[in-house]
Amino acid sequence: MRWLLSSTIVAAGVALAAGSAQAVDLTIVSWGGAYTASQQKAYHDPYMAANADVNIINDDNAAEGLAKVRAQVESNNVTWDIVDMVAADAITACDEGLIMEIDPDTWLAPAPDGTPASEDFFAGTLSPGGTNCFIPQIVYSTTFGYRTDAFEGDQPSTIADVFDMEKYPGKRSLERRPINNLEWALLADGVAPADVYATLSTDEGVQRALAKLDTIKDQVVWWTKGAQPPQLLADGEVVMASAYNGRLFSAIAEKNQPIAMLWDRQVFDLDGWVVPVGVKDLEAVKAYLYFATDTQRLADQAKFISYGPARYSSAPLVGNHADLGIDMKPHMPTDPNNAATIFDFDYVWWADHRAELDEVFNTWLAK
Amino acid sequence: MSTAADDTLRTADGVPLKTSLRRATARRRVRTFLLVVPILAFLMVTFVFPVVDMMFRSVDNQIVSSVLPRTTLAIQSWDPGSEELPPEFVYEALVLDIQESFKDKTLGRAGRRLNYEKSGVMSLFRKSGRRAKRITEAPFKDQVLAIDERWADLETWQLIHQESSALTESYFLSAADLRVDYKGEISWKAEERRIYLFLFYRTLWMSGLITVFCLLLGYPIAFLLATLPPRHSNLLLILVLLPFWTSLLVRTTAWIALLQSEGVLNDLMVFLGFISDDGRLQMIHNKIGTFVAMTHILLPFMILPLYSVMKTIPSSYMRAARSLGASPFTSFVRVYMPNTVPGIGAGCILVFILSIGYYITPALVGGRTGTFISNIIALHISETLNWGLAAALGVILLALVLLLYFLYDRIVGVANMKLG
Repeated sequence: MRWLLSSTIVAAGVALAAGSAQAVDLTIVSWGGAYTASQQKAYHDPYMAANADVNIINDDNAAEGLAKVRAQVESNNVTWDIVDMVAADAITACDEGLIMEIDPDTWLAPAPDGTPASEDFFAGTLSPGGTNCFIPQIVYSTTFGYRTDAFEGDQPSTIADVFDMEKYPGKRSLERRPINNLEWALLADGVAPADVYATLSTDEGVQRALAKLDTIKDQVVWWTKGAQPPQLLADGEVVMASAYNGRLFSAIAEKNQPIAMLWDRQVFDLDGWVVPVGVKDLEAVKAYLYFATDTQRLADQAKFISYGPARYSSAPLVGNHADLGIDMKPHMPTDPNNAATIFDFDYVWWADHRAELDEVFNTWLAK
Repeated sequence: MSTAADDTLRTADGVPLKTSLRRATARRRVRTFLLVVPILAFLMVTFVFPVVDMMFRSVDNQIVSSVLPRTTLAIQSWDPGSEELPPEFVYEALVLDIQESFKDKTLGRAGRRLNYEKSGVMSLFRKSGRRAKRITEAPFKDQVLAIDERWADLETWQLIHQESSALTESYFLSAADLRVDYKGEISWKAEERRIYLFLFYRTLWMSGLITVFCLLLGYPIAFLLATLPPRHSNLLLILVLLPFWTSLLVRTTAWIALLQSEGVLNDLMVFLGFISDDGRLQMIHNKIGTFVAMTHILLPFMILPLYSVMKTIPSSYMRAARSLGASPFTSFVRVYMPNTVPGIGAGCILVFILSIGYYITPALVGGRTGTFISNIIALHISETLNWGLAAALGVILLALVLLLYFLYDRIVGVANMKLG
């Protein structure tokens, strides 16, 4: 018995040693669902096919990404290799020294025509808020979807219609946080887009936004996870909902739900890769990132989900949906027809005011 | 030869029996202790240490003085009540601190800390970090003021002065909807920012009501379980335990499917003509949702202690009461129920304590009006990263539980509680 046990332990030890000599495990943290699936197909699978020694482990905890990266770095126990983050969180993490600074031209592949990476990513996206720790992958937008069978005659087409309970009665769904909602409320209340953040910087401006939200408060179902609003729309629980455009696309095109997009005042945001400070195998991480963020890979991701690749050189390569065969270009938030009235989101302003407005918003919400 | 020493009993090898006994019990005590060492170590590492660490975070304020060591020292000589900006040497200290911490990438941490007290400090620090590199010689004050006019704002300096000590009370004050100014005067926060006391209050009264619902629903079931013949009661017990073994998320989501306005219950009522199609009832994403789902999820924690107590009450008690002339109702209320008090106490305290710390169910079905304090703690842990405030709220919640447990002990007596 004892002999069996010890020989098993030795064998396991040998196997482990042999395994670690060859295989590299990369733990990549992302958002799960259709989004991770698109990264799996566009990035992970081809990378693992080309590099037999690399094993990619998906972790779906990106929603707690910032908090967990902070916990891992502070306790000197970094188990994540690459994390998918929105730009605002990357600014915070970079400011606090939790994630690595990146030199785009040595870390990232140039465009096929030789343009260096620093000039090939959309202007400013490599340095959100003046930081330099972020590798953008996609441009996504938070915008509205509505049920096409909810209203007779005119369909909603502007942000003001979201707040118009008389013309478009029915429940709405909004994200349970102040970001975007306060801006949309002011826009619907007639504030010019350029003045939104100046208005919100005053107490009266915040109260004005909340007063506008008061007009629909009783009719709002508040969501916290990206998968909720398309589900609420599909169930007929609400007639309009703010949501990530890719989730709405999936409900509309892949699941044939009676939902349409309302692109007015959509808010662009960036999603990209960051690397925690103290990552174990930096060379393996860099090799993966070099591959996964090149022009073709970013364009490939758009075959599976309707988020726009963050490189200029990827845009012309965006083709048809991998399964449905439909042209993906008109579904991209960056398509000129959809992007006529985008709202410019201010990360830096929110980094300053988030703590205060969270309290104000949650107080308003609870009462 | 009859001295006192010779009277003592001795063992075969001449040691006094008392000493020998003491040694033997000491040895046994050590052995017992060694046996519990693993579980004790486990509890220390996984429970006591994290709790203490969390409690410390609620007052820990070393971040400002460790990132800006020179400034926090220099500013002590400045009177925050004066109408004048700090003198030149404070600005010199600030420039040196900012340059160093910007290089080490720690400046952002101090900026975030101070931003909790005053919006805008975060971007002020970030901007200053980038620009302060160029400042190499006097006059420092003028060059710092040229970076951003907020450095000429007395409030900025009052805040740094106030937060330069290693411990802070501001998280606890904030958790009680209070704020403290540079003079040390405590006042209420602005009306539109008072949220935490309201949420504590809501958590407590809703948990209390959930406990009452659980008791009202659980008592008859436990009684049935304890009095039915085993054949039937075993089946019933499985029906009680089955949901207990089902995933929490599944049960919560099932309530959403049942209660939502296009859900099963509303559909049924519309079909039967009780309500019109436009008048569907809102039974989820509000208080009702939290009450229903939480009562269902916590019900087994009420039934099981009640059942285990009722099981031990001999049926002859009731028969005796009846034969002495009590009506069935009187004998139940006067004889049976007092015997179940230990079970009621255990069930209620179990359900209540589980309920006030509950997080996932209120988050999913509570909507705007049915969420608890734990949901805001989660927000501060994972989204706003204000761990100090989250820790302060957690400590208050822990203190509340301990206080209630203490009150319960004084009124009912913990010794009377029976968990099974």
